[in-house]
Amino acid sequence: MTMSEGDLAVAQLKFVRQTTLEQQPPPAALTGALGWLRENLVSTPFNVVLTILIGLFLFWLVPGIVNFLLIDAVWTGADRDACREIVQNRPIGACWPFAWERLAYFTYGSYPIPQRWRVDIFFAMLAIGVVWILSLKAPRRDLAAYYCFIVLPICSFILLSGFEAIGLPHVDTVLWGGVLVTIVVSAVGIVVSLPIGILLALGRKSDMPTVKLFSVLFIEFVRGVPLVTVLFMASVMLPLFVPEQYSPDKLLRALIGIAMFASAYMAEVVRAGLQAIPKGQFEGAMAVGLGYWQMMRLIVLPQALKITIPNIVNTYIGLFKDTTLVFIVGIFDLLHTIEVSRLDPKWATPVTSTTGYAVAGLFYLVFCYAMSRYARATEARLAKSERR
Amino acid sequence: MSIDLRAGSPPARVPFYNYPKVRSIAYQVALCAVIAFLVWGAASNAIDNLQKANIASGFGFWDNTAGFDISQSLIPYTNQSTYGRAFWVGLLNTLLVAGIGIVFATIIGFVVGIARLSKNWLVNRAASGYVETIRNIPLLLQLLFWYNAVLKALPDLRDSVKIPGGAFLNNRGLFMPEPIAQTGFGFVLIAIAAGIVGSIGYYIWAKRRQDKTGQQAPVFLVSLGLIVGVPLAVFFAAGLPLTFSYPEAGRFNIRGGIEVVPEFAALLFGLSIYTAAFIAEVVRAGIRAVSHGQTEAAYSLGLRPQPTLRLIVVPQAMRVIIPPLTSQYLNLTKNSTLAVAIGYPDLVQIFTGTVLNQTGQAVEVVAITMAVYLTISLTTSLFMNIYNSRIALVER
Repeated sequence: MTMSEGDLAVAQLKFVRQTTLEQQPPPAALTGALGWLRENLVSTPFNVVLTILIGLFLFWLVPGIVNFLLIDAVWTGADRDACREIVQNRPIGACWPFAWERLAYFTYGSYPIPQRWRVDIFFAMLAIGVVWILSLKAPRRDLAAYYCFIVLPICSFILLSGFEAIGLPHVDTVLWGGVLVTIVVSAVGIVVSLPIGILLALGRKSDMPTVKLFSVLFIEFVRGVPLVTVLFMASVMLPLFVPEQYSPDKLLRALIGIAMFASAYMAEVVRAGLQAIPKGQFEGAMAVGLGYWQMMRLIVLPQALKITIPNIVNTYIGLFKDTTLVFIVGIFDLLHTIEVSRLDPKWATPVTSTTGYAVAGLFYLVFCYAMSRYARATEARLAKSERR
Repeated sequence: MSIDLRAGSPPARVPFYNYPKVRSIAYQVALCAVIAFLVWGAASNAIDNLQKANIASGFGFWDNTAGFDISQSLIPYTNQSTYGRAFWVGLLNTLLVAGIGIVFATIIGFVVGIARLSKNWLVNRAASGYVETIRNIPLLLQLLFWYNAVLKALPDLRDSVKIPGGAFLNNRGLFMPEPIAQTGFGFVLIAIAAGIVGSIGYYIWAKRRQDKTGQQAPVFLVSLGLIVGVPLAVFFAAGLPLTFSYPEAGRFNIRGGIEVVPEFAALLFGLSIYTAAFIAEVVRAGIRAVSHGQTEAAYSLGLRPQPTLRLIVVPQAMRVIIPPLTSQYLNLTKNSTLAVAIGYPDLVQIFTGTVLNQTGQAVEVVAITMAVYLTISLTTSLFMNIYNSRIALVER
């Protein structure tokens, strides 16, 4: 028998290493700070160009922002002269005394000064509610939902609007403003949109043709038009639809518009969650004899809502940003108070507008960023529980 | 006593109101009754209130004289035109800003979305910073910032910034030379059209040849020559048949040229930059949705990174990207209604603003405005659904 080709190759080998070599340290240029730089910033000629371009852009942008907000900023002063380049003879950044003087207006609007403690209590109650319902270690979290969705709305209404019988004078909503209105509008949107959204989502999946039809019509109609037109509809058409003496006040009209809009979007989010529940869960619930509402309340919704939490929070972020649109129908939310203040002749300087917008920008950035971190953390936590 | 289970036992007595069918019909009748009552109540109140306020109803106002001016108009319009004309001006302005905004937002969004996946640390971080910041600040605030803090803070007319080429930039807008076609420019247009047709033909021929023989053809260079080179030659041969009308700075205003009003620029910046942040997220998610195995398989077949991206990754990513991308386009169009806050004459500003104030016919005006946006949205979703069902992954 002839030797196969492989055997021939082995026979021709002169040397086979018997021991494993010592491991060498990686080349110095590939590890440590230098290696990181090479790998991440200058790996190809194209990357070098990109790094330089972006670097130059950031080198222009970041110092500009820092200079404006901190280094060139004016920290003390009584009126516009403190923030004018011609008077101060130096480059001027943000005019913080303006923001500081107007801080109370940004927070409460024109809410009567002796009554502002009521708003403070409202903020505190809201903060307690938010921490209670969101933090996982809080005691009695089952009560938190009742607190947030029932106790808090009633108490806030009595507190903010007033109740003569217990000695709280009535404060007209025309006087409400600033952060207070921004928070009230978003809180109402958040509290109202979830239950109505769930009902609409169930309606859309219902077997009853008329229920399904009305749900679909409402959802598609509201989602198909811009929020501005919904707000216009609420503010100019709604008063026509009710008898004159019951005409709702301006804030309430805007709230109705926002609530309708948010509910339609929430309905689609919840529907996506419902669709992700396997059919076996519905069938199992029916097999053990649960009725429709029991099935939804005990089996389906707990699972559907759990997986939609990140999307619900994302919808809330959108809603929180969209509340700025009430500005267009004349409600004094935070942005509107800033628009009014920046035109005040007492503080009229070239930097006043930008300072005002910076305040509003930071406010929204902090709140929205916090919410999106929460959504992401929840997503990660839920993903962990799904892993096997 | 035994029970005969086979037959004859009377069925368990269920009261008729417990039949699911009966219940379902009862619920539906009740729902219809409630809605009919609400609609009837609202309508009768509306008729009452309108009569009391002495406001006409119907669409008769459509042909009345508008009597107000509009700062930007794509079709001839004066304050003697009708409300109907004003409607078309507003609609075209909305479509203009939305159309250009969509182009810019797509370009910025794709660049930033791909940058977020870059291995270059600086590029990657800068793109994330952009997305996180822009997404978390309300669009209205950004628009007000661009308009009031940036564009309105530009120098005034007398200190206009002169841009080389005869353009001016000041707080009233950007004034650019307007190209005016002279006789003979038609030949250039014909050459461009012929170039486009020619390149398509060449592309088809090149692809057929490559399918048959494997030989590649320089499609890009030839198309460039046909679409740009030939018309350019015609342009010179026809004796430069194009003149410019330059804007001239007068004492109080600027005459001639093309004017880009600051309201338009602010709205365009704001919408493009804001929507681009969302598009970037859509693009990133779409590319990441293509499993890594696809790229590895392409490499193992011997494809280089560029063709891998073009032939393997992008076609699969597009399937994931396009539906949410369309909804971002719709969002941009709907968000263009924020024009009303900075005074750009879009549909809402003209119609729900000025026309509503002048006529008082809230129901008709709001209904027309909503109908326009609803039509745009529903048509887009219809096409989207058709497209989706065509490209949907065909499972085994």
